[in-house]
Amino acid sequence: MTAPLAILGTAISAAGAVVLALLESFETRATLTPTGTIPITIGLRVDDLSSTVAVMVTLIALAIQVYSVGYMKHDVRYPTFATLVGLFTLAMLTVVLAADLLMLYVGWEIMGVCSYFLIGHHWEKPSATAAAIKSFLMTRFGDVGFLFGIFVLGVGAGSFRITDVIAAVPTMSSGTVLTGALLLLVGVVGKAAQFPLHSWLPDAMAGPAPVSALIHAATMVAAGAYVVALLYPVFLAAPLALDVLAVIAVVSMIGSALAALVTDDLKRVLAYSTISQLSVMFAALAVGGRTQAISHLLSHAVFKALLFLCAGAVIIAVGSNLMSEMGGLRRRMSLSFLTMTVGFAALAGIPPTAGFFSKDAVVASAEHAHNWFVFAGLLLTAGLTAAYTTRAWLRTFFGPGPDVREVSKLMTVPLASLAVVALGLGFVGLWFDELRPELISTVLSLAIAGIGVVAVFLIWRRDPAKDPADSIGRLRGVFGSAFGTDTLYERTVARGVMRLADEVARVDDSVVGRSVRGTGSGARALGGLLRLTQNGNPQYYVTAVLASVVLIAVGVVVMR
Amino acid sequence: MSVLPILLLAVPLAGCLAALATHRTATAVGLVTTGITFVLAVVTAFSVDYVRPGTHLITDVPWIPPLGIRFHLGVDGVSVPLVVLTALLCFLSMIYGARRGGTPDRPHAFVSLLLLTEVGMLGTFVALDLLLFFVFFEVVLIPMYALIAGWGGAQRGPAARQFILYTLLGSGVLLVGLLVVYLHTSTLDIVALAELGGTGMSHTVQVAAFVLVAGGLAVKVPMWPLHTWLPDAHSEAPTVGSVLLAGVLLKMGTYGLIRIALPILPDGARAVAPFLGALGVIGIVYAALACLAQRNLKRLIAFSSVGHMGFVLLGISTLTAAGINAALFANIAHGLITGLLFFLVGGMAERFGSTDMDKIGGGTLTLAPRLSVLLVIAAVASFGLPGLAGFWGEMLAMLAAFDPAPGLNRPLYLVFMVVAGIGAVLTAAYFLVMLRRVAQGTFAAWRKDQGVLDVTRAESLAWSPLVVLVFVVGIWPGLVLAPTAEAVGFYLGGR
Repeated sequence: MTAPLAILGTAISAAGAVVLALLESFETRATLTPTGTIPITIGLRVDDLSSTVAVMVTLIALAIQVYSVGYMKHDVRYPTFATLVGLFTLAMLTVVLAADLLMLYVGWEIMGVCSYFLIGHHWEKPSATAAAIKSFLMTRFGDVGFLFGIFVLGVGAGSFRITDVIAAVPTMSSGTVLTGALLLLVGVVGKAAQFPLHSWLPDAMAGPAPVSALIHAATMVAAGAYVVALLYPVFLAAPLALDVLAVIAVVSMIGSALAALVTDDLKRVLAYSTISQLSVMFAALAVGGRTQAISHLLSHAVFKALLFLCAGAVIIAVGSNLMSEMGGLRRRMSLSFLTMTVGFAALAGIPPTAGFFSKDAVVASAEHAHNWFVFAGLLLTAGLTAAYTTRAWLRTFFGPGPDVREVSKLMTVPLASLAVVALGLGFVGLWFDELRPELISTVLSLAIAGIGVVAVFLIWRRDPAKDPADSIGRLRGVFGSAFGTDTLYERTVARGVMRLADEVARVDDSVVGRSVRGTGSGARALGGLLRLTQNGNPQYYVTAVLASVVLIAVGVVVMR
Repeated sequence: MSVLPILLLAVPLAGCLAALATHRTATAVGLVTTGITFVLAVVTAFSVDYVRPGTHLITDVPWIPPLGIRFHLGVDGVSVPLVVLTALLCFLSMIYGARRGGTPDRPHAFVSLLLLTEVGMLGTFVALDLLLFFVFFEVVLIPMYALIAGWGGAQRGPAARQFILYTLLGSGVLLVGLLVVYLHTSTLDIVALAELGGTGMSHTVQVAAFVLVAGGLAVKVPMWPLHTWLPDAHSEAPTVGSVLLAGVLLKMGTYGLIRIALPILPDGARAVAPFLGALGVIGIVYAALACLAQRNLKRLIAFSSVGHMGFVLLGISTLTAAGINAALFANIAHGLITGLLFFLVGGMAERFGSTDMDKIGGGTLTLAPRLSVLLVIAAVASFGLPGLAGFWGEMLAMLAAFDPAPGLNRPLYLVFMVVAGIGAVLTAAYFLVMLRRVAQGTFAAWRKDQGVLDVTRAESLAWSPLVVLVFVVGIWPGLVLAPTAEAVGFYLGGR
């Protein structure tokens, strides 16, 4: 009963999103609640950007709901799972369509908690619950900054409505705009798992594959890029914030691509590549390429969801996440092989996939902006991406491997549809001037990607059973641990907080508590003195009462 | 002259006496009385015209003429939500206490003490005379002491004694503060004093009086570092006692700050507010850290109350409409959520024989799925997930700290805001760790053989209103904020 409802509900919302996309831009609003200061409004804000992203979100969610029926067939927790995916879709749509920044924040946080629940889907496993907590806390840390950014902009503009905030940007002081933009970036960096808040996303792969596809690839993690695009006038008015974004993006895209190059867990490879591809979007935003960023957001959503769903199919067939236990699957799982090949090609930016067009547009925008730092970072990433994609492709589908069977049709149908979209979506971009491929960037990025592919292939051909990543020797450990950032956080932040907590608990119990208990025993000692007066003689009591009454009466008269 | 506030007090008082006279039907008397009181509270909420300034449904007759003390009752948008919350929690507590197998020993004494507590709590929220307020404030203490000492856990004696001594000490300080106000203004009428707005008292007197009044109330809040009675009292109190203690008693302190300290002593408030704010945010972080190291569920939730009340204090300390609304909203939200949490932990203790997380052992999502799902919802609401009740109050408190009243040190308040934000992350941390230890994970095999009962019908009857309200208030915060925002607007406008 759950499955038809889940699919039907998502399909209806997808239809609604398509209708919104066909309508003109509009905005509705009603006061949700007075606050004593700026009121919070509730309403929809529909423009080209938001309706396009809404269509993407609902269609991917639909594909994932269909796929999950097959993927979760033997899982007793499927109803909870489907409900949470539905709630997540609602939250993401709130982020996309909200007319008020605080409503956007409501959706933003609910997405986070859905992500927490879904990562912890297998909650009897300690690794899953630990990953869930880590992801929630790291993103919530960012979200607090995000909320403060909303405060800065909302109070500066005198309204939390997005339209008003954007309209008020020219009237706000540059300091206000910069503070607001930088604080928003803290939340964006956390949600999009960019450096230095990146380490939760690979761990989040403890969740089921459809969750990784929807939340940790296509939608939630990309919401940061969406918000920057939505509030782009704010960021354009704060160039320093865009520079910061550029540095974060370049560091994240190269660092995570290196990590993806050596990781053995297929889903973690994809997670690192998600970080890297999100950085590509941020790089585009940092150099003024808003359209290019959104086009890459859309194409990435499709091909990365496809890749995760394929990975889910492969993992469920093989029974392991590790590529060292896969291999040779191209014959036995031909449909998964074909569709995942399309996904990998899109990730590596091979024409004519959507990934080729959108990534190329980003490279071109960096070139136009004469931002050679971002330009070089993007080209290097293109090479690394092609290399780790080739490695993953070869390690999964070629060489020796186990004997397995293709997955059910419920799962392959969404794969095929997404693969078709991933192949065709790029051509839609040709309608827009800024998305058409350009000669220099195309040639350069294709050449560098080609080097990456060929290099990995040559190393792999020497011994197909061996991991090409072994050839880089000791660097493998460094890359694989994402340059040790996780261990660093574990040793400093996590342990520091726990030590502080133990200390507080100890102090509270001994110092503060004992002094209070001291007053307790002190009072009892005092009571012992008073007990002397309680000698049981009624005359004594009556005298005392009378004397008190006289005293009070005198007191009242004097006081007046 | 309105009978509603009088009835609000008279009905539970009559029930209190009636319960003493009965024996076996005590719980029935309690149920009927609290039920009627709840209906009266709802009627009160609907008969107030929130758009009109001032207090409503007023009863004002001389009480002790020589001292100028009047029996002055009335409500406005500030007190109505608290009145409804109090009546609701008392009613639900009675339902919980009346369930089969859950009836306490000596039910007539238990019920009558509980009803006496209700009289005091409701009286505190409807009193408009300083001494009347103080009397009701005190009326609550004794029955609560008796509830802890008579029906509590193993260490109930010391815990109850600490509770009564500590809070009485606070009351003493509060009384001195109220007398200082009286000596300088010759009136005890809260409405009249609020209209005076501090005229007749020099700056020094105001500051001194504010410190005394706020200091006395801060014990009840409880404000860090005056909180140490709370974890002990909670961990030893019976479930219903904990629910009322956290759900209502703590609010008497913050309500007193808003009703008395701010409007009557505005100069004092401006001088002392930054200290309130500082202690509030220290409380948030301190409580969160203490919770991270906690092994006992009841103590954890008790400490979490200190943190939540820190947000309330932060809101009050901004002296803005937004901040006071935040405080009032967070009060209601905390009452609903923490009331629910204590009910759930009481349920856990009955089923697993302990509130110690290590002894419960984990995996309760498998053993008692509905109970655990409710625990998850309450925990998530408590750390302030948007869309649930806990969010709006804390968000508004931080927003108010971002933009405090003119004359306050803004950079200082920005620091408060950031510290509160860090506290919010830590709050999420300890609740998630708690869920990981208790609800998630695997359970010991003997638990399965023991056969754990999931939520019973009586329990769901007592708990579901809270769950529903946590969602309703979270999705539609205007339900609480609309009445309070009007009242607070008049409040600050009239100063």
